[in-house]
Amino acid sequence: MSKSNKLFESSLMKEALAQSFVKLNPAIMFRNPVMFTVEIGTAIMLLVCIWIATGEKSQGSLAYNIIVTAILFITVLFANFAEAIAEARGKAQADSLRKTREETPAKQLIVGEIFVEEIKIVPSSLLRKGDIFICETGDIIPIDGEIIEGLATIDESAITGESAPVIREAGGDKSSVTGGTKVLSDKIRVRVTTEPGESFLDKMIALVEGASRQKTPNEIALTILLAGFTLVFIIVCVTLKPFGDYANTPITIAAFISLFVCLIPTTIGGLLSAIGIAGMDRALRANVITKSGKAVETAGDIDTLLLDKTGTITIGNRKATSFWPANGINEKQFVQACVLASLADQTPEGKSIIELAEQQGFKAPFPSERAGDEAATFIEFTAETRSSGIDLSNGTKIRKGAFDAIKNMIVKAGNIFPEEISERVKIISSNGGTPLVVSKNDYVLGVIELQDIIKPNIHERFERLRKMGVKTVMVTGDNPLTAKFIANKAGVDDFIAEAKPEDKMNYIKQEQQGGKLVAMMGDGTNDAPALAQADVGVAMNSGTQAAKEAGNMVDLDNDPTKLIEIVEIGKQLLMTRGTLTTFSIANDVAKYFAIVPALFIASIPALQGMNIMKLHSPESAILSAVIFNAIIIPLLIPLALRGVAYKPIGASSLLRRNLLIYGLGGVIIPFIGIKLIDLLVSIWF
Amino acid sequence: MNSEITGVIIMFVASVALAIPLGKYIGKIYSGDKTPLDKIFNPIDKLFFKATGINPLQPMNWKEHLVALLTVNLIWFLLSMFVLMNMGWLPLNPDGNPGMSADLAFNTSISFISNTNLQHYSGESSVSYLGQLVLMLFQFISAGTGMAICATVFTAMKEKTTSELGNFYNFFIKSCTRVLLPISIVIAVILLFNGTPMTFKGKDQFISLQGDTVNVSRGPAAAMVAIKQLGTNGGGFFGANSAQPFENPNYFTNSIENIAIIIIPIALVFALGYILKRKRLAWMVFAVMTIGFLLLLLPSVYYEMKGNTAITKMGIVQPLGSMEGKEVRFGSAASAYWGITTTCTSNGSVNAMHDSFTPLTGMFTMLGMMINSFYGGVGVGFLNFYIFIIIAVFISGLMVGRTPEFLGKKIEAKEMKIAAIIALLHPFLILTGTAIASYIYAHNPTAYAAWLSNPGNHGFSEMLYEYTSASANNGSEFSGLGGNTPFWNISGGIVMLLSRFLPIIGPVAIAGILAKKKYVPESAGTLKTDTGTFGIMVFAVIFIIAALSFFPALSLGPIAEFFGMKH
Repeated sequence: MSKSNKLFESSLMKEALAQSFVKLNPAIMFRNPVMFTVEIGTAIMLLVCIWIATGEKSQGSLAYNIIVTAILFITVLFANFAEAIAEARGKAQADSLRKTREETPAKQLIVGEIFVEEIKIVPSSLLRKGDIFICETGDIIPIDGEIIEGLATIDESAITGESAPVIREAGGDKSSVTGGTKVLSDKIRVRVTTEPGESFLDKMIALVEGASRQKTPNEIALTILLAGFTLVFIIVCVTLKPFGDYANTPITIAAFISLFVCLIPTTIGGLLSAIGIAGMDRALRANVITKSGKAVETAGDIDTLLLDKTGTITIGNRKATSFWPANGINEKQFVQACVLASLADQTPEGKSIIELAEQQGFKAPFPSERAGDEAATFIEFTAETRSSGIDLSNGTKIRKGAFDAIKNMIVKAGNIFPEEISERVKIISSNGGTPLVVSKNDYVLGVIELQDIIKPNIHERFERLRKMGVKTVMVTGDNPLTAKFIANKAGVDDFIAEAKPEDKMNYIKQEQQGGKLVAMMGDGTNDAPALAQADVGVAMNSGTQAAKEAGNMVDLDNDPTKLIEIVEIGKQLLMTRGTLTTFSIANDVAKYFAIVPALFIASIPALQGMNIMKLHSPESAILSAVIFNAIIIPLLIPLALRGVAYKPIGASSLLRRNLLIYGLGGVIIPFIGIKLIDLLVSIWF
Repeated sequence: MNSEITGVIIMFVASVALAIPLGKYIGKIYSGDKTPLDKIFNPIDKLFFKATGINPLQPMNWKEHLVALLTVNLIWFLLSMFVLMNMGWLPLNPDGNPGMSADLAFNTSISFISNTNLQHYSGESSVSYLGQLVLMLFQFISAGTGMAICATVFTAMKEKTTSELGNFYNFFIKSCTRVLLPISIVIAVILLFNGTPMTFKGKDQFISLQGDTVNVSRGPAAAMVAIKQLGTNGGGFFGANSAQPFENPNYFTNSIENIAIIIIPIALVFALGYILKRKRLAWMVFAVMTIGFLLLLLPSVYYEMKGNTAITKMGIVQPLGSMEGKEVRFGSAASAYWGITTTCTSNGSVNAMHDSFTPLTGMFTMLGMMINSFYGGVGVGFLNFYIFIIIAVFISGLMVGRTPEFLGKKIEAKEMKIAAIIALLHPFLILTGTAIASYIYAHNPTAYAAWLSNPGNHGFSEMLYEYTSASANNGSEFSGLGGNTPFWNISGGIVMLLSRFLPIIGPVAIAGILAKKKYVPESAGTLKTDTGTFGIMVFAVIFIIAALSFFPALSLGPIAEFFGMKH
């Protein structure tokens, strides 16, 4: 899938430009109180220009007024453009996902006239929820659905970008298929789970496009604060008129409106919705579909993260890591027995034993699965025996299994279980490993150590989360001893051992009762209640429909570590809002020093002392301030779209850093910017 | 070192040194902890509670607190209107002062009930002793109200998840009996021994050296002066307030009174630390307030001691600094110090004429009132500061990438709405009031010439100061303004009323709503509010909202005057 990281593509630019004008419609502008007042100001200035054109002399030159009007108009356009470009990018991203699934022919199963089931080729757009279709090798799956029969390998690269095929099968937790993916082998029968136009992706596109986009709670609170600032500055500017009357200082309408527009937080006001859309877009770029903007915002607040051990903290399953022969047993002989016992074992553990043996330079003595002994019988693992193995035709019985199962067998046979093997078993267990004892004809040969392989770098990621203030909890079916060992080794803060689905749910509830926000990832149907209970529930795209409905995000990559990224995207979103608000308000200091002296210098020359930037003339000062105010918006669009970089350095250091960059920077930059613009403007005014 | 400066330093250091233990004591009272003075006060309190039928242990939610507060204040307002308008025939009127006009009584009653104590009258000629006593009672009530409601907010901040915020009457009565009354008695006795009168006899008479008969007003002044300072009331017994030798006889009483002005506002910050068990937070608040206070104080002392530049230009040396409108027994430094403390704390008593301060000192006194939370009035100063904290928490919470939290409670749209309204109320009242007055004056300067004793920038400052003082519930005046007219009485009264009660209702509502919310435990990602960085953030919010919105107005007043005098 194409993931363009260029911020401004020409096709998007064109669309965004057109949208900037469409958004001038007051009914739309009204949603953004700050920019709405600027639009009103522009309209007033337009009237003033007409007034001057008809002969009014008190308001300054027509050229000056037209320029002010134009700059204000451009300010509004810039703000609209910021929102439009964010929308266009989000839409483009979602469209590219959607394109793959439009108008694919579907083999729908219907109740036919001749046969009970008949296959009819229909366009995917005609499929409705509950319809059943089939897919065979080479077919593109027409729409999201759930496999009700069969098993297939599927290429999901169109959605995830991951080229390795995955297996999806009916029943269990991997029954979901996504429209646009391709069946590589076998045949499946699928039930449609969504109405057309209501898939998660469709919902996401609607969210990005704005019509159904609702303001998130933090965004509402911030809008209120910004409206408050706007009101304060309305008061400041309106009352200035009688003050000017008293001081016999006529103030032009252009000066009033310029002062007002410069003081109100137009920078953040213009970028606010772009920031919100960009947050969802960033989630989408991380291949996460969010069901609401609120979910992304909440992700930034997460206190506790529930992570499954397998796949998130450890790579897949346990692997054999060492062979420990009993005293007096030749290592080669022992390994050979282990390999024999595992030849037919299709479990990941079994396979890993053979892999380890090969790694240690041990070649399997028999080329075939039957170990060259066609009469050999394999003993399957059962819950009663808790062991498996092989009976060779020469009567040799090799078994591998749990420590106590093998011990029982050996003691029963009247043999002694070697002391050093008991010791080794204990050591392995306390190191978080799983021991598999191997015996031959009721004599112990040794023990195989299986270990969970903790993902590389996972420790650093948890450290990062800890610095962000997020508590990590590992969920595993292992016994508490093993779980504790792995938890320590991986660096998680807590763990749930021998976890049953309801344990997750209880843990989440317990954390929430303490006022914490919890995020979790899940795929199975029995994860659904917990996904719904969690504040941020991320369902894997491969998961069941129930899981996907219950969560508020869907991860297309099925990547269990995605939660960490999501938390950072959420934090980035809030931070970008906060820092740009600070920047916007801090700018006021310089703007005051540009405009206020300009208002009064003509009648109170003494106030020249306040013109600390030594701006050229009242006109040039006011123009410079409004120009700076306008161009800072497009200059900050890249920052708004990319988001302020999050650094997990603790809240206080983060505040210090952002306050320094955006607070102090916000005070200083406009002094420099306005002065530079003034040098240029003073050529004409 | 210059003894004038030493005097200022001693006053400030003594205030802080006394405020710290006092704060702990106040904290104990509101927390219901034992204090050494319980033996004396418990029976007194019991008497009060028995007489009024109040159960001090009955918890109230934030709405009930506000209802109680408003009821108490309304009853006393009506009583005050009655006494002030009818004191001509009521007892305790040896000088035969007449009753007040309705608009003046309205202004005065609101003024005292709202802890403003703006006085458009002179105590000597306009109020009987009964009137003075009622006004003195008010000084207890309004200060006790402020302290009690502040205790409500402290309780709300302390609790994890509750709607029960203690009992308002309990806080109120204990504020009066255990803090205001005992300290007032000590101060009154000190004043008494230094010559402040305390009598119910009428005017005294003596024949001067020139043979003229001089009538000297006196009365129960010592008691009133004590509470006027301690409760950040500022309503003087005599028209000239603490510049009058009877109210403030010498440098020693001046120091005592000045300490009394800021001691409770500072102590309440430390009470916060005690009640919440968050000393660092209290020190952060204290540091921000103190830095702001010093930023106003230091240049003011400098400019007053430097003297008037216009006089310097005439070649006249001013070794004592700018002495216009100041008392020789206090000097320029102590007068500037008083000027800043009285405006920063919403006290409003004066020991020098603020109208005569050099332009920038005049501006700093106005800024103290515009910000109104660098210590601020008793109780309400912290409430104002609380609004700024909420706004600062919100912005900085976002900056660290979390939904903003203050003391474990999430700040959301509803709280922001209230905070935004309260934050813009103060600029709104000041600027709109001044704008209306400017408009009226500018469109008919001759008809309203009596309003302003100075034309131009200084006249503008007089109007701006009047509304600033009213809105900050301060009560001091740029006395050049002719305030006793229906326009100023009524408009000022409305401003005082709104700016007293809305900024109480707002923070109490926020604190009450927050107290009910779920408590979120702190984590490494939580914004710490007891750090220097956050202090800077609060300071920046105060500077931008409270100071910058007045920048254009101030440039037309004191700033223009300052640059005008330089040239």
